[in-house]
Amino acid sequence: MDKALRQANRRLTIKLLLMVAAAAGFAFALVPFYDLLCKVTGLNGKTGGAVQRAQASKVDAARWVTVEFTSTVMPGMSWEFRPAQTRMRVHPGETAKISYLAKNPTNQAMAGQAVPSVSPGWAAQHFNKIECFCFQRQVLKPGEVKEMPLVFFVSPELPAEVQEISLSYTLFPVSG
Amino acid sequence: MTEAIAAVAHDRHGHPPAGIMRWLTTTNHKDLGILYMSFGGIMFFIGGAFIMAVRAELLLPGLQLLSPGMYNQLFTLHALIMVFGAIMPFATGLNNYLIPLMIGAPDMALPRVNNWGFWILPFAAVLLLIPFFLQFSGIGSGASGLGWVMHNTSLDLQSGIGIDFAIFTIHLLGISSLTGAINVVVTVLNMRAPGMALMKMPLFVWAWLITAFMLILVIPVFSAAATMLLTDRHFGTHFFDAANGGDPILLQHLIWFFGHPEVYIVLLPAWGLIPHILATFSRKPVYGYRAQVYALWAICFLSFIVWSHHMLTSGLPLAAEVYFMYSTMAISVPTSVLVFCWLGAIWRGAMTFETPMLFALGFVAHFGMGALTGMILPDVAANAQYHNSYVIVSHFHYTFFGGGIFGMMAAVYYWLPKFTGRMFDEKLGRLHFWLTVIFFNVTFIPQWFAGLDGMPRHIADFALRFSAMNLISSVGAFLLGLSQLLLVYIVVKCVRGGPKATGQVWEGAQGLEFTLPSPPPYHTFETPPEVK
Repeated sequence: MDKALRQANRRLTIKLLLMVAAAAGFAFALVPFYDLLCKVTGLNGKTGGAVQRAQASKVDAARWVTVEFTSTVMPGMSWEFRPAQTRMRVHPGETAKISYLAKNPTNQAMAGQAVPSVSPGWAAQHFNKIECFCFQRQVLKPGEVKEMPLVFFVSPELPAEVQEISLSYTLFPVSG
Repeated sequence: MTEAIAAVAHDRHGHPPAGIMRWLTTTNHKDLGILYMSFGGIMFFIGGAFIMAVRAELLLPGLQLLSPGMYNQLFTLHALIMVFGAIMPFATGLNNYLIPLMIGAPDMALPRVNNWGFWILPFAAVLLLIPFFLQFSGIGSGASGLGWVMHNTSLDLQSGIGIDFAIFTIHLLGISSLTGAINVVVTVLNMRAPGMALMKMPLFVWAWLITAFMLILVIPVFSAAATMLLTDRHFGTHFFDAANGGDPILLQHLIWFFGHPEVYIVLLPAWGLIPHILATFSRKPVYGYRAQVYALWAICFLSFIVWSHHMLTSGLPLAAEVYFMYSTMAISVPTSVLVFCWLGAIWRGAMTFETPMLFALGFVAHFGMGALTGMILPDVAANAQYHNSYVIVSHFHYTFFGGGIFGMMAAVYYWLPKFTGRMFDEKLGRLHFWLTVIFFNVTFIPQWFAGLDGMPRHIADFALRFSAMNLISSVGAFLLGLSQLLLVYIVVKCVRGGPKATGQVWEGAQGLEFTLPSPPPYHTFETPPEVK
């Protein structure tokens, strides 16, 4: 190979290596982008963090929305975990409170983290939590039973075709 | 022709060192091509052996031979070995041997990188397989059982060193693929003989150039996803850990963003070489050259924006499902262009049916079936039934085996006389073809029916009503596996002797590689050939 060709090959190789680096960077950039996309669109049923109850927001007393509650316990987690009631009828804008019951039947202290998901996904951004046991991990002593509160309201901007919302909590074991 | 012989006479470097050192230190594209192809061939049989054990378990209902954990390891290793160990290295071997000959270059552009890229592979294979064998002496819990792109990953369901070994294997294989891909791009863009314009390049070279760009863009994504999984497992990050704010669905998005282009990476080299073979044995020029080049680029582009059709049951919003349905179906347009060009190539040709032609026609037929069933799978409504059933298993075997492997077999028979200078046993070759076609269909046609009836994949046992279909499928698989041994015999026999092949090998064969004697001398085209 002559020198000019060798140099041309080297230049092109470096460009292609930069493409490889860019592709790897793109993959890592997808992580925050994915989170952002889910937050903005409510895809994946992700709900936001704690919100303050806006004083001015009106209760739409003419409309009913049914909220259903369900729970899943992941493999490796031995707690009992269920909602105290499985459904509730609320007006959009009305503040409501229910609780989930958790019991640690084992003989050692354990920590769990509940992860919420709302279905249908596009209703997630209209489901607002003022107080939730899912905001921090819960630690239960051996044999302890705990009633964990959830205070929420459904915002009146909820699209009219949504008449039922399902809220699912999945309980994960957390170590440390 | 005279130019080529002049180039051969120009051989200045003499001969390579003898024995093992030749193969360890070689930077010659033909040597490395042979190494890559041999490695791919060996892995083809190892991957095949693993799936024989799986089919033996599925011969009868109930668990006879394997535990479910062992079953998961076997199908995972089968898939990883076949895709990353057999098809991809074999296709890389073909490009190593053929691209310099086809474009009139003296060698690949980065010969040392080429050597390094190959010698990573055996170590990667050992790394992947070690945990599988260690479990028999009580060490560790076996190899990864997560499926070919780790799509069954759950941080809770399987732990153990097997997954870490698989992750490092993925990194090594990724490096090897990237070196090969970069080498192809640099060679094709910089080292073509004078007069070899881009739109004059043989379609195999085009297909590989596009494949190489796809590899460069998606392999890093797969490596990144594997790295995230590794840090999640051992270094306290939470990319995919839902309990700590991560998202398991993100892992699916990342691996399928790689996984879908990857299936075209497997298929494109075969799509590129099929027109050569069809044209040769129809004694016509390649049909629709421009259309095929544009179709290959279109498929390359579309393959990047359809990945979530693997995830239609993961709870995507309806708008996204509809988008992925239509974009996936859109791939059928350029794919149809290719299929009709292949049919155009043989239309009213003076066809003869030598072994490579049989495999090429088998490729068109079986790939066509795989592609057509690929049209019903992205249908959002229908997918709920087909998802993770044996319909999927059968579909991707029609594309990967009926497409990828049939294409590679056609290439073996087409260029083997060129590589060895000897003709293979044509009778045995045809026998191999017919056995392969028959038993391939006996294996996979029953899986359509079992899948439509609801048989799920990835599970070591099945409901009694699937018994008949699984029995037929298993028997077909055993015989399909056995008949592949015939290929070994044919290749070995051809290497050891046989009637001499001419330079052109096949009447009607076109292309620069057929202007050289068979086998081509160690160094070729040191003086670039003249391309008209």
